[in-house]
Amino acid sequence: MSAREPLILLENVVKVYKMGDVEVNALRGLSLAIEEGDFVAIMGASGSGKSTLMNIIGCLDRPTSGRYVLAGREVSRLGRDELADIRNHTLGFVFQSFNLLARTSALENVELPLLYAGLPTRERLARAAESLRRVGLGDRMDHHPSQLSGGQQQRVAIARALVGGPRVILADEPTGNLDSQTSLEVMALFQELGASGITVVVVTHEHDIASYASRVVAMKDGHIESDRRHQPARAEVAP
Amino acid sequence: MNLMSTLRVALRALLRNKLRSFLTALGIIIGVGAVIAMVAIGEGAKARVEEAFASMGTNLLIVLPGSTSSGGAKGGFGSLPTLTWDDLKAIQGELASVRYAAAQLRVKAQVVSEDQNWTTDVSGTTPEYFDIRNWKAVRGVRLTQSDVDSGAKVVVLGQTVVEKLYGANADPVGQVVRIKNIPFQVIGVLDKKGQSPMGQDYDDTVIVPVTTYQSKIQGGLLKYVSGILLISATSSAGTVRAENDVTNLLRDRHHIGPGQEDDFQIRNLTEIASARQEGTETLTNLLRGIAAVSLLVGGIGIMNIMLVSVTERTREIGVRMAVGAKSRNILTQFLVEALTLAVMGGALGVGLGLWAAHWMATRFDFPMMVRPDIIVVSLATSAAVGIVFGLYPARKASRLDPIEALRYE
Repeated sequence: MSAREPLILLENVVKVYKMGDVEVNALRGLSLAIEEGDFVAIMGASGSGKSTLMNIIGCLDRPTSGRYVLAGREVSRLGRDELADIRNHTLGFVFQSFNLLARTSALENVELPLLYAGLPTRERLARAAESLRRVGLGDRMDHHPSQLSGGQQQRVAIARALVGGPRVILADEPTGNLDSQTSLEVMALFQELGASGITVVVVTHEHDIASYASRVVAMKDGHIESDRRHQPARAEVAP
Repeated sequence: MNLMSTLRVALRALLRNKLRSFLTALGIIIGVGAVIAMVAIGEGAKARVEEAFASMGTNLLIVLPGSTSSGGAKGGFGSLPTLTWDDLKAIQGELASVRYAAAQLRVKAQVVSEDQNWTTDVSGTTPEYFDIRNWKAVRGVRLTQSDVDSGAKVVVLGQTVVEKLYGANADPVGQVVRIKNIPFQVIGVLDKKGQSPMGQDYDDTVIVPVTTYQSKIQGGLLKYVSGILLISATSSAGTVRAENDVTNLLRDRHHIGPGQEDDFQIRNLTEIASARQEGTETLTNLLRGIAAVSLLVGGIGIMNIMLVSVTERTREIGVRMAVGAKSRNILTQFLVEALTLAVMGGALGVGLGLWAAHWMATRFDFPMMVRPDIIVVSLATSAAVGIVFGLYPARKASRLDPIEALRYE
């Protein structure tokens, strides 16, 4: 991959859902390029197609037509298992509702992607622990999600997204279930990851969350309405 | 994802709902338990019957002479001597399917020791008799051919007779007993044989050489055998052939034309024994049916609960897929879970079955025999049930759309 080639390249992507007899055009020929290390916020009202875009970037879904090149690889026509491999190795997900496994320790939650990567137990545990320390939860490894606060749970989820050494972190409304102080902490963490070279894509409908990104892509009716770069606000955590 | 991790995940999922897992496995537990218990009891009973028949003799045929017929009243088999000593010699010498043959002459008589007496069966026979009945001496020796040839006044005692005349565990070898007032020297004591399948005590008997029997105890016809013939076929499979051979030989020797009735009767004890076994066979088939039905019901229970589990854990499946689980990983996970449930049910069933069999065996004095192969088959069948009935829910889980699954509430 040449240095100039974007990490994420979408060309003329169309996604059509069939809801019974009605066809819904979720994406109408969208093109987008995201450079490695960028921190992008995708904004839009519900129904604007931002979730569909997220699913396609996240290799959870395939475009109806158009091209998607991720890290130099055309992935728009890959099969289920190949997409699973890409999700495992290249991507990390953070969800609005955390999506941690209940009654499972933080360490084991973080370990999960490595389980499917086929790593030996010792290495899995070492890397999961390291990842938890990176998000500041080194002292909470044995806690179950129910014993953690919302912010801590989301940080476990971020540790899980990080553990496989991904190039892209995709976050879908990561602060939707958090109070403003905790949201700030989470965004600070994302900025830190961005600074370390990981590409971060955050889907949100909150402008102040989007302000922490260096690029804001606004969507409407399945296409990009605006795409602006700006100086990101610094997510500084009050001591 | 390796097998150990998969197994750990499965165990955790099952233990999370202990009661539900137990109730789900109950069908298999009861099914396997019932089979293990009944087979243990059934095999015990079968072994007891086999033992009883084996103690009668090895591959035994009994030839009874014909019946008398006076004025239309028939005397029954054995009432008319039709078998000759030459018949016996012919059977011994001419038939390859016969290993041993011996005549047994028998009468009820009083046997008197120095200070006791006991009325018992006195048999006159030849050394082959002991081989046919597979009967060893525990003290002293059995009759020999020279005892028969010389008409020696010697006797071999059964255990019951020893007990009645000398007391339990006494050694009477060398002592003298009187039968019909004739002194006989005790040369041996026979091994304990127990009861016949009909409840007759085999050990309540004494045995003397056939020649001595004829000259001293009960004289009979010279030419005819005033008793029965015992025949041992060369193999258990060969008893039918031996029976046919002996029938043909005797019909030929007795000049019985086609269409005429035999003037003797042959009883094939192996046949009787296998007829008894058929009863056990029917029981076994019935058990197989019960096992199949209960495993089917158990399997449906597993499928049902696995489907519930897949629905409950849709989000978990979505998360696993999002972080990189392939369809095959999800399939394996749920399959292993169903398999674990079924095999644990099977193992508990085996435990329950053994306990129940043991309880019945001690409580009601049933014989009990544990067959390891049945345990292995039970566990294997449980595993198969787990796989077969776990496959559909597991496939359903593995084919979920990750987006839908993640969105599932």
